[in-house]
Amino acid sequence: MTLSAQNLTLARGGIPVVADLSFTLEPGHALILRGPNGAGKTTLLRTIAGLQPALRGQITGAADQIAYAGHADGLKAMLSVRENLAFWAQVFGHSDISAALDAYALHPLADRLAGTLSAGQKRRLGLSRLLVTGCPIWVLDEPTVSLDTDAVAMFAAAVKHHLAQGGSALMATHIDLGVEAEVLDITPYRAKTTLRAGASDEAFL
Amino acid sequence: MIALLIRDLRLALRAGGGFGLGLAFFLIVTTLVPFSVGPEPALLASIAPGVLWLGALLACLLSLDRLLALDFEDGTLDLLLTAPLPLEAAVSVKALAHWLTTGLPLVLAAPVLGVLLNLPVAGYGWLVVSLALGTPALSVIGTFGAALTVGIKRGGLLLSLLVLPLYVPTLIFGAEAARRGAAGTDVSTPLLMLAGITLATIACMPFASAAVLRMGLR
Repeated sequence: MTLSAQNLTLARGGIPVVADLSFTLEPGHALILRGPNGAGKTTLLRTIAGLQPALRGQITGAADQIAYAGHADGLKAMLSVRENLAFWAQVFGHSDISAALDAYALHPLADRLAGTLSAGQKRRLGLSRLLVTGCPIWVLDEPTVSLDTDAVAMFAAAVKHHLAQGGSALMATHIDLGVEAEVLDITPYRAKTTLRAGASDEAFL
Repeated sequence: MIALLIRDLRLALRAGGGFGLGLAFFLIVTTLVPFSVGPEPALLASIAPGVLWLGALLACLLSLDRLLALDFEDGTLDLLLTAPLPLEAAVSVKALAHWLTTGLPLVLAAPVLGVLLNLPVAGYGWLVVSLALGTPALSVIGTFGAALTVGIKRGGLLLSLLVLPLYVPTLIFGAEAARRGAAGTDVSTPLLMLAGITLATIACMPFASAAVLRMGLR
């Protein structure tokens, strides 16, 4: 499934941050977003994932195809690693979680409570969730935060495997993963501050 | 959907899940009432249905701010919103899980606590029936309130203020049904009204909850 966005204008907190951004993401390809803090990377990813509407522009090919991973991993501290993963697998209509546990070397941790994991281990669990969704398009916001080099290699391998299977990935990251990917720097698309959001709730923000 | 229900029930029963919170509050309120109003059996018998209903309602209210706030904090709501599960179904399931862990224990505990308040024998059956009919509405309306206040830190006060007026019809007809039951008069009118309120909220509220949740998560 090809994901494409045309002339997107996005706002955060009622203030436009990105204007007239367009891109296309073909199956088997990865697109890495670059840009300084506050450039609108998270806003763009949340919009693509369907968590917020774009002010203007169109997104096609996104409906029910996207596995989103944001800053928070959506883990329950009082559930075990296996239970957390099995829950998300079931939400997406799957049941097999062993491949996901393998990919991030989580088997030794499978019966530990997620609340007792370290930050990097939690992140690995959060990323392994992508594998149980079965969705072709991954939308990832800073996926490598708090991962060590081994875990980054696991993540890069998982992304490569995903791309090889015809999936695609859109991610905001600052480190070099060693994955062949196009880079989209969104700095030039910064919205002019004079551009008004025009939303009806503007006065209340 | 079943996965979400099982997960919520499992979380409620584990340490820190808040399963006993509502029940303990209900127990405290009903045991303290005889101390505060005095031990006359006749007085207690006449106020018992109202006190039990009010206690159940407040116990339900107490547990609402955990309903969606915890899932919001750890990012689960964002991920659920992007999952193929319709959000309307997800909030319905969460309301059901809230009822099973809060409302149902209150229904089951109410007759036991009725003894403490000298509830007339004829009233036990109708008390349980009215609570069983009314508490699902409390959970569903509460889920709507929780959805409205989901992005707000320490939104518990706002949540209570928003939800309490919506709880009033359920309280009026529920307590009236229990009171008439205890007095031995005809309960069908308040009971039918209560059932109507519950069915209407179950039918409509999930859509409202999902709509405000989508806005709250932007």
